[in-house]
Amino acid sequence: MTITTLAELAADLDQGKRSSVEITKDYLGRIKASHHNAFISVNEDLAIGQAQAADAQRANGNKHTLLGIPVAQKDIFCIEGTQTTCGSKILENFIAPYTATVVQNMQDRGVVSLGKTNMDEFAMGSSNETSHFGSVSNPWGSEETKLVPGGSSGGSASAVSALLAPAATGTDTGGSIRQPAAFCNLTGIKPSYGRCSRYGMIAFASSLDQAGPMTHTAEDAALLLNTMAGFDAKDSTSLDVPAEDFSACLNDSLDGLKIGLPKEFFGDGLDDEMASIIETAVKEFESMGAVIKEVSLPNSHLALPSYYVIAPAEASSNLSRFDGVRYGYRAEEYNDLVDMYTKTRTEAFGDEVKRRIMIGAYALSSGYYDAYYSQAQKLRRLISNDFTDAFGECDVIMGPTTPSPAFEAGSRSGDPVSMYLNDIYTIPANLAGLPAGSIPAGFTKSGLPTGLHLITPYLQEAKMLNIAHKFQQVTDWHMRTAPNAISGGKA
Amino acid sequence: MFTWDKRWEVVIGLEVHTQLQTKSKIFSGSSIAYGAEPNTQASAVDIALPGVLPVMNLEAARLAVKFGLAIGAHINKRNVFARKNYFYPDLPKGYQISQMELPIVGLGSLEIETDDGIKTIGITRAHLEEDAGKSLHEDFHGQTGIDLNRAGTPLLEIVSEPDMRSPAEAVAYLRKLHSLVRYIEICDGNMQEGSFRCDANVSVRPRGQEELGTRTELKNINSFRFVERAMEYEIERQIDILEDGGSITQETRLYDSDKHETRSMRSKEEAHDYRYFPDPDLPPMVLEDSFLDEVRATLPELPTAKKERFQSEFGLSLDDAQMLTADRETADFFETITKSTKAESKVVANWMSGELFANLNKSELELSESPISTSQFALLLDRIADKTLSGNTAKKVFSALWEKEGEVDEIIEAKGLKQITDTGAIEAVVDEVIAACSEQVQQFKDGNEKVIGFLVGQVMQKSRGKANPQMANEMLRKKLS
Amino acid sequence: MALDNETVHNIARLARIEIDPSEVSQTRSALENILELVAQMEAVDTTGIEPMTHPFDATMRLRADAVTEANQRDKFQAIAPKAEGGLYLVPKVID
Repeated sequence: MTITTLAELAADLDQGKRSSVEITKDYLGRIKASHHNAFISVNEDLAIGQAQAADAQRANGNKHTLLGIPVAQKDIFCIEGTQTTCGSKILENFIAPYTATVVQNMQDRGVVSLGKTNMDEFAMGSSNETSHFGSVSNPWGSEETKLVPGGSSGGSASAVSALLAPAATGTDTGGSIRQPAAFCNLTGIKPSYGRCSRYGMIAFASSLDQAGPMTHTAEDAALLLNTMAGFDAKDSTSLDVPAEDFSACLNDSLDGLKIGLPKEFFGDGLDDEMASIIETAVKEFESMGAVIKEVSLPNSHLALPSYYVIAPAEASSNLSRFDGVRYGYRAEEYNDLVDMYTKTRTEAFGDEVKRRIMIGAYALSSGYYDAYYSQAQKLRRLISNDFTDAFGECDVIMGPTTPSPAFEAGSRSGDPVSMYLNDIYTIPANLAGLPAGSIPAGFTKSGLPTGLHLITPYLQEAKMLNIAHKFQQVTDWHMRTAPNAISGGKA
Repeated sequence: MFTWDKRWEVVIGLEVHTQLQTKSKIFSGSSIAYGAEPNTQASAVDIALPGVLPVMNLEAARLAVKFGLAIGAHINKRNVFARKNYFYPDLPKGYQISQMELPIVGLGSLEIETDDGIKTIGITRAHLEEDAGKSLHEDFHGQTGIDLNRAGTPLLEIVSEPDMRSPAEAVAYLRKLHSLVRYIEICDGNMQEGSFRCDANVSVRPRGQEELGTRTELKNINSFRFVERAMEYEIERQIDILEDGGSITQETRLYDSDKHETRSMRSKEEAHDYRYFPDPDLPPMVLEDSFLDEVRATLPELPTAKKERFQSEFGLSLDDAQMLTADRETADFFETITKSTKAESKVVANWMSGELFANLNKSELELSESPISTSQFALLLDRIADKTLSGNTAKKVFSALWEKEGEVDEIIEAKGLKQITDTGAIEAVVDEVIAACSEQVQQFKDGNEKVIGFLVGQVMQKSRGKANPQMANEMLRKKLS
Repeated sequence: MALDNETVHNIARLARIEIDPSEVSQTRSALENILELVAQMEAVDTTGIEPMTHPFDATMRLRADAVTEANQRDKFQAIAPKAEGGLYLVPKVID
């Protein structure tokens, strides 16, 4: 089976070759036949209903580009009437009574929601192994070598890579779109903080979380982001900027583009093979007229420590609402109120979530606030200032998305800190709120995909997609099908 | 009056939660109307569904700034919301959105009148925050019921310096604050409905000692009467402990108005660590100068300025001016009447503080609920000014008005209370009295001034109260000189 | 960064999480490892640096004061663990 892009599906629909219902049923069938555990729930009636509505709208002359195209939704987004778990036991029985703005925006443009994809619990993880609903397999692995799909948007990455959905939504707090995209050979974009509304997206770390598309191509990412982004009055951190067509400059020339390579991203800890793949990828840009410059992000080594204070601190507070009172899981037996809270949370949160809640509570506690939280927020400014300086010299920053390709399932789950190191290159963009993405960069000798990481200045998603698209015009890494993608029938 | 051993000095600071008069909640579009069915005014944001976010209400910011300007406080043009983290079932998010390091209103002050004259009480800060819901402890099979209608109601917490030295001063401050927030229309001041709530920090120290004693916090004392009694009890309790050689435990105590005692709130004993940090969902609020100017323009004349103007413009005494500017309704009522009656301002003031307030108090009515309309009250004072009524007959008309027997002129007509100002008619009665009271007439002629009162009284009696007493007095003196 | 068991218990209590006595030392060492990672921050002199709490130093947008929410109690309480008579029920709260 070969990859089908959103652009191709849109053309089929536009030319009347297939209906939305046909396409949607095709993907629902693949999901049913799959064994990747990429989805936590699939609401077939909802998906087919939306597809029927889309077909009716098309018959009435609605010409929206993605009208009738099915997409998988990360199970972090509330969709009214559907189970929304965030990968946690505490929300296993939660049927959302409202719909997230991002999903609503997509639905308003006729995008069909196929189902809810698996994820690390509350988006805390880099391997999808912290999900209450089980781990997810990376279609680039095999029966003998089970590979993680990355996380936290591991279900979304696996679903798209395994051809169970033509595209998916993800969220990225420290790399949760880009790292799984790199592990699964996808294009994953984390837009500027505030581009996509956070309303209805279950919060992990509020000042870092951002939704974005996970697709095969940059062109698809632009199309999907067009339907997701937009100002939302319900989110005080939503950017009030005019709507933008992220596809507008996909084909612009890269002649004279200044690419900055931060020396800090190519130092210790980077796999040699990865380094050479990235080097080769960067050369492609040179042949398109780009200029390579070495830049420096001198405080980038502080990104990981500050992130592991800021994100858990915000999470510890964000997750206090899960108390068994108004929705979600409540312990069966308890002696009193405090016992009810404690048993509910102890029984229904997984270990990684508990660890981060505790780290966060500690970092904010009396006597430690200045040394941890306040210091981390100061370092965050230094890291952000580094980018401002670097972008004085270049138009885009490039490097590897991850230090190494997808690792084997179970190989790091016992060691949280080694797991955290996965996000060492992706976290700085979250701290600074900058747009960043990962695109397929090539394969290791053992056949594993790798990601080229792109960071552009604030609000320059269109530029980043242009750079990504031009690369994909001269390479075909992104169109390679994973060995363990779903087999059979035509897409 | 409450007294305590003067070797001890009392130190009181107050934290007052005022509910701001907005239509919707501070961070959501739910109504804040009082008395709705439980949880019918609790939106997705208010019940903290996963994924919801707060959006700040502009009007709440405006009202907070209005308060800050009214107390001459520093306004923090950049102010920050913070999360106060703790678990409680009436707190749906597990944290309260409040302000910690950078509150909207900084240092200001309020002047109060005490027995020793004017005293300035410092106001440390006033910050915006959301109210919690309500726990209902009626028995639901041994469980507590949670109503989140109140959760997210906008509050301005006004924190004073520990500047008060007696419960009486604390009450004077509270009354002043209560009057001010209603004056500037940021809070309805309704204490029964919890719109104006007070916590008091109370400590005592040996007179002359600079260091503050250990304080206790008295929670939720929601009437002026209870505030004073609760503090009195607490001061005595603390002094008793200290005099017995004991020490005060820093704790939260609840006042029981039935038993007239304070007791420790055991559930609050667990050491709290609120883990405040800036709310990542709410970027800092930045207020422009133009916004402050706009709010300033909506400020009414403040009580102190009004008091001074009442003295200079209407020639009122300090006492009268104070009484009439104690709250905005009274001041507005006075000005309305003064503008529409021919009576002198002093007469208006006397009739308000006398008959009107006495009757309102007796019937436990607010000025706005008075059975006598402003126009009828003004007309009544007109009839005194044009000498149709004497002071005594005017009181009769007032009583009839109070009982809703009709309008001023109808009542005067129906009761035949029109004062006699016709010289001939009065002279006839005066002559009658001089003839009938020869003994008193002689006493007056012998120099007993006081008897003139008796004689005027006789004239009034014979005219059935209708003679103008001043004319009768003058005529008697002329005839007997 | 060394933590003692009591600190671990205190943090857990603040977070309303219970740690099984047999897992205290394991949790403690996991937390210590994270704190060790975080300890790299200590060495940096940040005197005079303003903490950055929001990307781009965004400022707040305020909303007009209007009632926009309708009653959705039945819908919301349909997913509540325990609700009766319009109230959420919890174990007795003692003040």
